[in-house]
Amino acid sequence: MHSNAKRTRVGRRSPNAHESVQERFLPPFRNYQYGGAYDEMFEAPGRPRAHYQALFRTLLDLPPDQLRKSQQAADLSFLHQGITFTVYSDDRGTERVFPNDLLPRIIPAAEWRKLEKGLTQRITALNLFLDDIYHQGKILADGVVPREMVYSCKHFRREMRGLDVPRGVYVSICGTDLVRLPDGSFAVLEDNLRVPSGVSYMLANRKVLKRVFPQLFHHYGVSPVDHYAQALLATLMTLTPANSRSVHEPTVVLLTPGVFNSAYFEHTFLAQQMGVELVEGRDLLVHDNIVYMRTTAGLRRVDVIYRRVDDDFLDPVCFRPDSNLGVPGLFNAYRAGNVTLANAIGTGVADDKAVYAYVPAIIKYYLDEDPILNNVDTFLLTDKSQRGFVLENLGKMVVKAVGESGGYGMLIGPHSTEEQREEFRRRIESDPRNYIAQPTLSLSRAPCFLEGEVQARHVDLRPYILYGENVSLVPGGLTRVALRAGSLVVNSSQGGGSKDTWVLRA
Amino acid sequence: MNPRNQTTMLSRVADSLYWMSRYLERAEHTARLIDVDLQLQLDQFEPGTERSLRLLAASHSYATPEGEGSATLSRTLTFDRTNPSSIVSCLASARENLRQVREQCSSEMWEQLNRLYLKTVDTEPSDSLNVHRYYWSVQEGAHLFQGITDTTMLHGQGWHYIQLGRYVERTDALATAIGTHFSFLPHYLNQTIEPEEYLEWVGLLKSCSAFEAYCKTYTAELRPMRVAEFVLLNAELPHSVLFAIDRVHEALQALAQLTDRRPDEAIRIMGRLRATLAYSHIEEILANGATNYMDSIRSQCAQVHAAIQQIYFDYPVESAMIA
Repeated sequence: MHSNAKRTRVGRRSPNAHESVQERFLPPFRNYQYGGAYDEMFEAPGRPRAHYQALFRTLLDLPPDQLRKSQQAADLSFLHQGITFTVYSDDRGTERVFPNDLLPRIIPAAEWRKLEKGLTQRITALNLFLDDIYHQGKILADGVVPREMVYSCKHFRREMRGLDVPRGVYVSICGTDLVRLPDGSFAVLEDNLRVPSGVSYMLANRKVLKRVFPQLFHHYGVSPVDHYAQALLATLMTLTPANSRSVHEPTVVLLTPGVFNSAYFEHTFLAQQMGVELVEGRDLLVHDNIVYMRTTAGLRRVDVIYRRVDDDFLDPVCFRPDSNLGVPGLFNAYRAGNVTLANAIGTGVADDKAVYAYVPAIIKYYLDEDPILNNVDTFLLTDKSQRGFVLENLGKMVVKAVGESGGYGMLIGPHSTEEQREEFRRRIESDPRNYIAQPTLSLSRAPCFLEGEVQARHVDLRPYILYGENVSLVPGGLTRVALRAGSLVVNSSQGGGSKDTWVLRA
Repeated sequence: MNPRNQTTMLSRVADSLYWMSRYLERAEHTARLIDVDLQLQLDQFEPGTERSLRLLAASHSYATPEGEGSATLSRTLTFDRTNPSSIVSCLASARENLRQVREQCSSEMWEQLNRLYLKTVDTEPSDSLNVHRYYWSVQEGAHLFQGITDTTMLHGQGWHYIQLGRYVERTDALATAIGTHFSFLPHYLNQTIEPEEYLEWVGLLKSCSAFEAYCKTYTAELRPMRVAEFVLLNAELPHSVLFAIDRVHEALQALAQLTDRRPDEAIRIMGRLRATLAYSHIEEILANGATNYMDSIRSQCAQVHAAIQQIYFDYPVESAMIA
């Protein structure tokens, strides 16, 4: 792209020339970090993209203190609402506010339509894939995805073989991580098909921004996201199990690991917004393969469980026997078709980071279409030549453990020490199936309000996809921000924050 | 949603609401007692100080270490996290309980309790002016929470468990405080009060938020039997024993209707206690010793608590199996 080429040249200029670039940025943008990555706001130094014009003007005109005050008010309101993380290491259970940034990330309508199409295609194909591998396994027989790749995945559940789930929908709630590459195109970084979180922050951020920039909402025509909880409930209600006694009004519950889970706020929030009971494992019991919850008026039958507990902990009889979070006998009730779990058990096999490399082929296989959203280049370390290349270039790579999420078990080559690289070299050589490598990506940067001025930080995007009767997306998502300057890690557990995402109606 | 849904409440949730309410009531009660005590100390000589200290400690079942000063004791009762009945511990427990069921209450309730907790938990007052303000802000915060609860929450099952917790705790706390006061008032059967006991009687009334109400009802002339009758048997005084028992009884009746599970044993005990209080002369009640009677109220409270526990929170599965 033209603007891209120009930016590369800017980066190579002498220090003096660089200064003149900074001068093209007016306060409060004086220290804006420009170049080296796609910039969400500026197409050239000091020149905002069309859909950022109005925000740009507003920021130039705003009294410097006003945003700071708004930020303080927002932080305080988050603290009072208890939108916090539990810091596990502190025995008094200190809670920390999940940092939010006040400047919205803006996505034009046309761009969103493409994302929507791409994500719908992807989730459709991945559901067909799950249905296939837990039934006939045609894709494995045809050699499109290697059999051993699937069966060696630690999230593959043999117990699910031959089990029919309602509507054939395995993944009904999904939060896909997207990044924008230097050429401006979006690519999928991870499919989160197990228990994705963060949607409550999307809603909380929106609530704050409506107070801070009401006039911009009018100007832009921002698509609303507030109906997410209703959409989620409607989705869950379409998944009523075959044997339910109340097909039209199934009893839906949200199963949480409990108050010590870092996403507990979100669980309470969603349960409240949906008007369903928030249950813990100890509130449920199984009798004659039917799930009941223990209420003050006696036992009450449960039809659909939106579970925020990992597979491993769901049923101590079937999975990890040391789990106190689950419900003994739950899996049998599920198998008997008396209760629906959303998401289904065993979906983790399709977001395994090595299986990820095959998603374009999976889309082609089931839908006979080309993927609308691309993958990020991925090296499979089980392949000898790819492994050799990666081990030679560890310093330029990001290495990830295939079954982990949340930014754990990662090596970021350019920010790593010789020791860490040695450590990963050893681990890869001893268990190549457990790792994949990707070239270090330059995530796009978006303006953030930090230390009283506007600075650029790397961001990603997690839209939330629902699949019941059909696939739907709430127009918006969670934009996660790597708040440390230069950092590429956006995970909340690793110093990340978030900002509101505005999808424009036209 | 179907109407059945509105009455569904998890046992764990009911348990948490009940305990949240008990803890908050306890925090408020302790704050009021300490506040009253610190005020009265200003008017007292040495021996009085000593007595009021023991009084406070006794109402907390807290063994006073010899020679522990008033400041240390009120600190222990307020900020000591190793003491589960300290104000800070109670507020933390109340908040923790509500946090576990926060989707069941209104957001306003949660925010108020959270704000109260954050405001009081780490701010030890530095001087005597702030001390009063501190205890006052705990009480005010608790009152605000109650008001918010009554105006923003559905007056359904959950609200009744909150009522139940508050008034079971209040009955117990009042019985303890009144009993302890009487143990320092040997002449309570007299017609008039001993001059040196005046402050003790004022303290008793103030501990029940009843001083102003008493003056309005009986004028400022304090007579032992009138004071006793007022804090025990006045059905209009929110901090009288009878008032609290009435509310417990009402909540139990309401829950029996809403859940189809009758807490018969609890209703029986409360009904009996209520009838005794409502139809007895104060002289009859105090004839066998005020402290003894207060102890019996406390033990009946404990029985009611156990009965509620068994019927709503922790019942055996067999007893509740639906065919």
